[in-house]
Amino acid sequence: MSDPTPVEKGLAAEVQGMSESELAQHLEEVAEAVAPDREIQVDVGDTLLELDDVTLRFGGLVALDSVSFGIRRGEILGMIGPNGAGKTTCFNVMTGVYRPSSGEVRLEGRRLGRLKRYQITRRGIARTFQNIRLFEEMTALENVVVGTDARHKTSVVGALARLPRHWQEERAGVERAMALLEFVGIADRAADRAKNLPYGYQRRLEIARALATEPKLLCLDEPAAGFNPAEKDELMELIRRIRDDGYTVLLIEHDMRVVMGVTDRIVVLEFGKKIAEGTPAQVRDDPAVIAAYLGVPDDGAA
Amino acid sequence: MTSHLALTLAQSGSQWIDFNVGLLAERFWANTVDGLAYGSIYALVALGYTLVYGVLRLINFAHSEVFVVGAFGAYFTFVGLGYKPGPTLASGLGPLIANLVLAGAVAMIAAGLIALLLERVAYRPLRRRNAPRLVFLITAIGASFAIQQGFYLWRGANPEPAIRLVRPEAVFDIAGTRITNIQIVVFVASVVLLIVADRFVGQTRLGRGIRAVAQDPDTAALMGVNKERVIMLTFVIGGALAGAAALFYVMMIPQGVLYNGGFLLGIKAFTAAVLGGIGNLRGALLGGLLLGVVENYGQTLFGGEWRDVVAFVLLIGILMVRPTGILGESLGRARV
Repeated sequence: MSDPTPVEKGLAAEVQGMSESELAQHLEEVAEAVAPDREIQVDVGDTLLELDDVTLRFGGLVALDSVSFGIRRGEILGMIGPNGAGKTTCFNVMTGVYRPSSGEVRLEGRRLGRLKRYQITRRGIARTFQNIRLFEEMTALENVVVGTDARHKTSVVGALARLPRHWQEERAGVERAMALLEFVGIADRAADRAKNLPYGYQRRLEIARALATEPKLLCLDEPAAGFNPAEKDELMELIRRIRDDGYTVLLIEHDMRVVMGVTDRIVVLEFGKKIAEGTPAQVRDDPAVIAAYLGVPDDGAA
Repeated sequence: MTSHLALTLAQSGSQWIDFNVGLLAERFWANTVDGLAYGSIYALVALGYTLVYGVLRLINFAHSEVFVVGAFGAYFTFVGLGYKPGPTLASGLGPLIANLVLAGAVAMIAAGLIALLLERVAYRPLRRRNAPRLVFLITAIGASFAIQQGFYLWRGANPEPAIRLVRPEAVFDIAGTRITNIQIVVFVASVVLLIVADRFVGQTRLGRGIRAVAQDPDTAALMGVNKERVIMLTFVIGGALAGAAALFYVMMIPQGVLYNGGFLLGIKAFTAAVLGGIGNLRGALLGGLLLGVVENYGQTLFGGEWRDVVAFVLLIGILMVRPTGILGESLGRARV
């Protein structure tokens, strides 16, 4: 068990001794740290990320078949489809895990092309994982700090020489990470190893870590998996708050209540093809969707 | 079981093996101090094995040659500074320290660069092509031989004539044991370097990157960690620490600058890393010191020719009880 750093201790003590007005002020500062230099915008804007005729083949298997859709800045886009429809594969293409066999992915009009994964993250796409993939041996805080590191500008040489800027960035990273833990509601366990956190905390820690990279687009891969109804409500609330802070969210989720309740638009995949796109109401009434997805018994997620 | 075995050895031992408990008791502190000095060198080299293993799951067998490059770097710095083989020149303390620091810097840079070169030339192309692990392993062994034979072609089979910058002098006594200036310098400097390395990995951004890649390379990349840079950094740090170890080694054993002078030391350091739990920084420190001390006791107890046997029997014994080493395998747990 690692000792909390001075910053962690300080922050914890800070919150405990606060009056209500001070706490409100503090929360505003947290909000600022969570979404720095970001115009708080809830209006849906231009296209942020675009999949243009993306096909992905593994040998003879076509995992994605000419998929095209756009994600607009400031919206929550849901992606649904039966198991094996290609949702996670779609995520993997966006984040550079796979390269499309043909077609292209554009972020803010620029091709992601042959960028490496870490470069795509620095361009502004971050994700969480269906199967939680935290750095288990690190503390919750450290996990998030790894994310903030993506935004550091000091070079290796600068860090080795311990330039003042390096320490400023280091400190700013820890503070921002702490603010993010508060934002997702798990600051009380900041100093615990990730593997020792309860399941719900781990899921939220993944979201905090992804937000730490300051993404333009946050991709959540089944974040409600394994949650009870109350936790799902909290998660929907959190996703809305993330969007209201100016992030764009792409959500893969099996739970129809969550998807219908929180998204602005929905894209439906089946067998690697897009079969529908529209508002939750439109998608719900789409005969193709009903046949493909809602018609089959739910897999019990709801 | 163990005591019974020891007894048997002792009874029949006078024929073929010394079992000199009296001598060990007499030299206990001398052995301990000497063992700690040797052990800290093992620990520094072991760190290079452990760091690379942690990040790439690769045993970099060419690391022993990285050490040799450091030893030659330090040696030629001595030569360049005008030191000659033979009796130790009397020089002022100030210039002496400056020269040692310079030699250390040269050794660390040379070893760091050769480690980096090794990564770029030997390992990275394999990684690009997703080669299986065994291919890395045989490449490492091949690279080790290549560098070793390169030195053989250049310098021949004989060790370089010994250059002593520092004459070993007793500085103070512990329980009647004379502690020399070299032992103190080597031990203290090594421990300082080990602490710096531990803090670097445990508390800085680059260290976090190293630990993130060690725990989950794919996720680390998706969180914005530049894996290739982390790998390069890992090799450079490991190499530089081996370079520092090489300077200390040349100070303690001036006649040890030799084309294959890294072979046994490399294996010992690797043993130390496995002993402490490969992939674990503090394990490397612990394993190095333990190995240095125990093999010194063994040497006194059984005689000099048993020194290496004791080292490896210790390894086997500990791995039988704890297969992952004393502290367990995990670079991620650098912050224990």
